Amino acid sequence: MTNNDMFFDYLLRLGDNSLILGQRLAEWCGHAPMLEEDLALTNIGLDLLGQARMFLSYAGEVEGKGRDEDRLAYFRDTKDWRNLLLLEQPNGDFAATMARQFFFDSFQYLQFERLSKSSDERLAGIAAKSLKETTYHRRHSADWVIRLGDGTEESHEKMQSAIDAIWGYLPEMFDMDAVDEAMVAEGIGVDVSALRSHWDEYINGVLAEATLTRPENSWSVHGSREGKHSEHLGYILAEMQFLPRAYPDAKW
Amino acid sequence: MSNEIKNELPLYEVFIRSKNGLDHKHVGSLHASDPEMALTNARDVYTRRSEGVSIWVVKSTDIVASSPEDRGSFYEPAEDKLYRHPTFFELPDEVGHM
Repeated sequence: MTNNDMFFDYLLRLGDNSLILGQRLAEWCGHAPMLEEDLALTNIGLDLLGQARMFLSYAGEVEGKGRDEDRLAYFRDTKDWRNLLLLEQPNGDFAATMARQFFFDSFQYLQFERLSKSSDERLAGIAAKSLKETTYHRRHSADWVIRLGDGTEESHEKMQSAIDAIWGYLPEMFDMDAVDEAMVAEGIGVDVSALRSHWDEYINGVLAEATLTRPENSWSVHGSREGKHSEHLGYILAEMQFLPRAYPDAKW
Repeated sequence: MSNEIKNELPLYEVFIRSKNGLDHKHVGSLHASDPEMALTNARDVYTRRSEGVSIWVVKSTDIVASSPEDRGSFYEPAEDKLYRHPTFFELPDEVGHM
């Protein structure tokens, strides 16, 4: 891989994370426990979609093969996607959605905070703009983790089992491969492995306030950086990509 | 009242200030379990299109309101007291618009 290829791949990772989680949140539209939360989840989903557009547009330009944001979003198959496995996992119940959101928001907050100081000015700009949104996302999801964890017996139990169920998807966030290392060396990317202790400190505080138990690290799954995904991604793409693939260049 | 309605989350009234220097105005209400949730919900429901720079939320049950039956004793006595309006003064020309 040339450095340019690596930068392209790096931008895909950032954009795909936001896009796939945004798509998942959109599934809540009309189904959230109450109207106020319906709006909150779709607002957050749209924030993520906006981030994805900026990252993928930039990725297309870096690649230089004439692919724009839509081309990258709608005409790539599962093995070409670079989003974290965590983000393609099904929504489950509201507690499961909030647990996934909270752990990722806490990670993305740190990631964007560092990226906003990237030596690549455009990437730094996108990160700085997105960081404001993520700050709110994290506040929203952390509040829910605390509210459900420190709520009723039933809500506590649901939040605890949601956390236990996704715990093994979280270590992947802090993986470093050759692309990450090359980007860090150039001052463009973030050393995500170094974020781990900050992330731990933050989530431990929230879990304690929520009276929730931090699970043991007994299992973990990895693979998104090489395009190895769970079966769920295919279904997301089938729904998301159907229209542009059936009617290429359709306008709506 | 049915059980379903009783189990709803408490109602909060939302007040938004659209610009610095203006007053907070009542914009509507929403359901939330606690004040923090009311505030974030208000942000999501009522400020999506840059409507505000400041939000107040107040539990609806904390608002003390006059009732329609009070109309007679509250407002009607003021109707025949025209002298309370400052309309009997001659304004000097130098004052201009007031």
